[in-house]
Amino acid sequence: MESTALNQIDYPILSIIVFMPLAGALLLLFIRNASAVRWTSLFITCAGLAAALPIIASFDKTTHLMQFQEAYEWIPSWGINYFIGIDGISVLFIFLTLLLSILSVLVSWKSVETKVKEFHIALLVMETAILGVFVSLDFFLFYIFWEAMLVPMFILIGVWGGKDRIYAAVKFFLYTFAGSVLMLVGIIVLYYNGSATLDILALSSMRYPFTLQCWLFLAFFAAFAVKVPMFPFHTWLPDAHTEAPTAGSVILAGVLIKMGAYGFLRFSIPMFPDAVKFFALPIFILSVVAIIYGALVCFAQKDLKRLIAYSSVSHMGFVTLGIFALNTQGVEGGILQMLNHGIITGALFLMIGMIYERTHTRAISDYGGFARIVPWYAGIFIIFVFASIGLPGTNGFIGEFLIILGAFGAHKLFGVLAATGIILGAGYMLWLYQRVFFEGYKEGLSVHDINFREVVTLLPLIILVFLIGFYPDALLDFMHPSVEHLIEEFRADTNGKNIFSQYIGLHLGGR
Amino acid sequence: MKYALIPLLPLIAFMINILFGRRYIKDKAHWVSVPAVIGSFILAVSAFMDVKAGNVINIDIYNWIASGSFKVAIGFLIDPLTAVMLIVVTSISSLIFIYSIGYMHGDGGYYRFYAYLSLFVFSMLILVMANNFLLLYFGWEAVGLCSYFLIGFWFHKKSAADAGKKAFIVNRFGDFGFGLGVILIFLTFGSLEYTHVFGHASVIAGKTINFFGYDVGTITLICLLLFCGAVGKSAQLPLHVWLPDAMEGPTPVSALIHAATMVTAGVFMVARCNPLFDLSPVAMNTVAVVGGVTAIFAATIALVQNDIKRVIAYSTISQLGYMFLALGVGAYSAGIFHLYTHAYFKALLFLASGSVIHALHHAGHHDEQNMQKMGGLKKHMPTTYIVFILATLSITGIPLFSGFFSKDEILYRAFLGGGLGKFLWFLAALAALMTAFYSWRLIYLTFHGKFRGSDEHEHHIHESPKVITIPLWLLAFGAVFAGYVGIPPIFYEHGDRIGEFLAPVLGHPLGHGTHAEEIFVIAVSILVALAGWFIAYTMYLKKTELPQKLEARFQPLHKLLFNKYYIDELYSKTLVQPMLRASDKIFLGFFDGRIIEGVVNGVPSFIASFSRGLRRIQTGVFSSYALVMAIGALCIIAAMVFWK
Repeated sequence: MESTALNQIDYPILSIIVFMPLAGALLLLFIRNASAVRWTSLFITCAGLAAALPIIASFDKTTHLMQFQEAYEWIPSWGINYFIGIDGISVLFIFLTLLLSILSVLVSWKSVETKVKEFHIALLVMETAILGVFVSLDFFLFYIFWEAMLVPMFILIGVWGGKDRIYAAVKFFLYTFAGSVLMLVGIIVLYYNGSATLDILALSSMRYPFTLQCWLFLAFFAAFAVKVPMFPFHTWLPDAHTEAPTAGSVILAGVLIKMGAYGFLRFSIPMFPDAVKFFALPIFILSVVAIIYGALVCFAQKDLKRLIAYSSVSHMGFVTLGIFALNTQGVEGGILQMLNHGIITGALFLMIGMIYERTHTRAISDYGGFARIVPWYAGIFIIFVFASIGLPGTNGFIGEFLIILGAFGAHKLFGVLAATGIILGAGYMLWLYQRVFFEGYKEGLSVHDINFREVVTLLPLIILVFLIGFYPDALLDFMHPSVEHLIEEFRADTNGKNIFSQYIGLHLGGR
Repeated sequence: MKYALIPLLPLIAFMINILFGRRYIKDKAHWVSVPAVIGSFILAVSAFMDVKAGNVINIDIYNWIASGSFKVAIGFLIDPLTAVMLIVVTSISSLIFIYSIGYMHGDGGYYRFYAYLSLFVFSMLILVMANNFLLLYFGWEAVGLCSYFLIGFWFHKKSAADAGKKAFIVNRFGDFGFGLGVILIFLTFGSLEYTHVFGHASVIAGKTINFFGYDVGTITLICLLLFCGAVGKSAQLPLHVWLPDAMEGPTPVSALIHAATMVTAGVFMVARCNPLFDLSPVAMNTVAVVGGVTAIFAATIALVQNDIKRVIAYSTISQLGYMFLALGVGAYSAGIFHLYTHAYFKALLFLASGSVIHALHHAGHHDEQNMQKMGGLKKHMPTTYIVFILATLSITGIPLFSGFFSKDEILYRAFLGGGLGKFLWFLAALAALMTAFYSWRLIYLTFHGKFRGSDEHEHHIHESPKVITIPLWLLAFGAVFAGYVGIPPIFYEHGDRIGEFLAPVLGHPLGHGTHAEEIFVIAVSILVALAGWFIAYTMYLKKTELPQKLEARFQPLHKLLFNKYYIDELYSKTLVQPMLRASDKIFLGFFDGRIIEGVVNGVPSFIASFSRGLRRIQTGVFSSYALVMAIGALCIIAAMVFWK
């Protein structure tokens, strides 16, 4: 892969964005007053987003190449460099992370009362780590950021979490760490098999023997599948989501679990195309199982957050399904669905956090008739319910439609099975809404409706739901060249148009 | 382009009402929505004139989604078919919006009602104006959303909330097929635009697709998948179960959405796709059979129901069946013709029954929809009674009323459709007999005889206010005269003006019958209409003890019909309950809880026991460490010596 520097901005903008939160975290060390901590934290996260805005203006949407590259030697004797850059895929996740970080600070304004300073430090450190993952073009750097995410999230869950927070935190940590270690082994093997480089772009352009590809694929798969999480590696997610504080759930659902799918796109597909082709069918099956299984399990949930957590399993099944369809619609739908899921599920967790602050319960059975008690809250909630169901006009529809289109094009049976997810999704979400907001009105219960700060928190997400729903090209335009390139390379490497043609002769067309 | 305002005006009304209604507009919400929808109506008339002058408008507003070779735009097509639908939708909407000023007066959610209703009109207009399948799908789902909101309008009632949810989910089953159909269209044609797809339909004809190991005609598969959506939206067997429950919504909603417009979307869609359906006899026969069977199936249920709105709801299902029967035998314009006349007389039936419910409700009657608790209302509500009679004359197909023209056209076309057609004609004629019976039964139970509630209530029953009766009169005008745009050529040579108008889109139906055949069909339909009327007259006006006797005599049959063939119970027992149980016990409890979590929690405990063993070698006793070290050193030395 050619790697011409395309830095249109003459200062290291990516480094500034990535490390600004970390610098902010250091700054917080010297602030005592809790309120000042909140304002500083809000200022830093907002400044991060503002600092990133020039990227939109000068981003080149016609190329798949890495842009805004920065490369410095770091440990030359081992070929380790500080090498970062973004393309049309990662740029979107940068913005999602920046946005959700601001919202996480806002939603924690009142709900976090203890150890305020430490909480915001953890939040900011995590922001840096997440951004770092999305910009890294050097494996060493990547792995540092990847593992660095775990620590603040572990702390967030373990300290500010719910009743079973310790169990959930440890489970989350061990689960993801176990996956990551296997990836580390994979990275080391890559290092020795390549020309002793950790440059991700260079490693992506090499071809490896088939058997090696398969082993490496599996090593990376361990890390990514846990993160996504794919069925059957998902059981950490409900615990972690449920016990995490609202901000933690938002970051977890919004961006953290996207890294697995991002890893598939950035590493697995370009580096191990033959192995991807070999394992595509099992992954397709796991994805469809996740979609249906995740949705079915939602029907049995009694806890608001757990229900949304399991719905994430189902939605992320759509994401992996789209990506491994390995056609333009599937992959673009998959990427869009990742962003959508970040927006929708992020919003749902935000909203559940808001109502939890008032009622201190997450049990669905404790609610009822809330459409009368908190009408504005109910009105906003239903927007995200329908976005989650994938109603046309919302962002959820565009993602799901492109994925099913891609999946159906790749393999009809799985396209059909995946589409059943849209029936089940409508079922559990509307049932949830009915139990919380409609039936069982409790006389005399007074809960105050959503306030100004909360509306401000949700407003960007509401706008995004409809913006993407009616004008998805705003986002799709960024990713076209990168996705086209990914698929072209993959097809060139594997000499095949349809990824599943070797399994079943399911071809469209004439006699 | 000004016609983009047709859907946009109601959308703007929706936004204003939903954002500012609660705090500022409140009970003045109709001042926002009514002018908007009347504006749409005026523009629709102008669009209709434009089309009548020979123009077809097909324009892309902007590019909606682009991904690789997949491209689809937000764009509108206004051709004769759309023009007719625009008139139907906007005219009936306008009347119902005005009617609701009176009907919904004083409801706490007044602004919400007008907001949702405006959103519905927007969605329905998008549905009929779309120029591609994805925008059609957008409108399709959006009307479903509004239907969900409006059925569950009184959401604090569990039955209403349940009904809304049921409507949405049952429709999702149909949309599952519809969505796949849209995807298959794209994969087959490389485009979702109507003009492209229909223009290339003949190229694809005869091609097959391998589906689960079977070779199926591609066009047939596409048509059947699309028809799944129509079955859901237009409440045909076996997805009809949501429509009767949808009567939980306010009556204007039942009239507009669940009688006149939304439920006919399936009919519109199949008619729109006629170039595809024409190529697939299998799909056409499926449409015809589903329509014919549904027509009689729903009519049998309507015979014994007591809830005034449910009778009309089953009647709607039955009439929609007629429309599909027409489409299935290739008489597309007859189907659309019936859609158009039905919109007026059925909206009138609902609104008039709403007038009855409104009056009884305000009289303090608690069982306000139960016909067994009504009776003798004609002297209290003369206007409502008269328009009810007019609508009934129309739906039962009495000559010179509009329902006669459209229904007769369908029966005639079915009769000409070969062996299957004859059979379906027989079903439809039988259903017409039942239609006449249950429609007149409704009239006699409601308006004739003696009032079967308390005197106290009877004393307070009054005719509805003008804001309700004026729209009734206007609809009654439509219910009587709408049919005169399609007079059979046997009576008047250039009478079938709607057929001619639609011909550029829908073509002419195949086959010509003899005069004798045509007269035979007309005679039979008049005969059954009168027969049904006579039976109802005998049973409910003359020998009023007869219904109870018959009920006792045929008790199992009556129970079966009264309980709607137990289909709801069947779905609940075989689909819903097992799924809920499985999700709790098998998936969550056993699979997630035992198997996966068993492994996950098993590994740490295994490691723990392993490390307990490992701990034994770290005892802290210096001498044993020294011993191990010595042995280790020996081994290394030995290895280094012997390896080389």
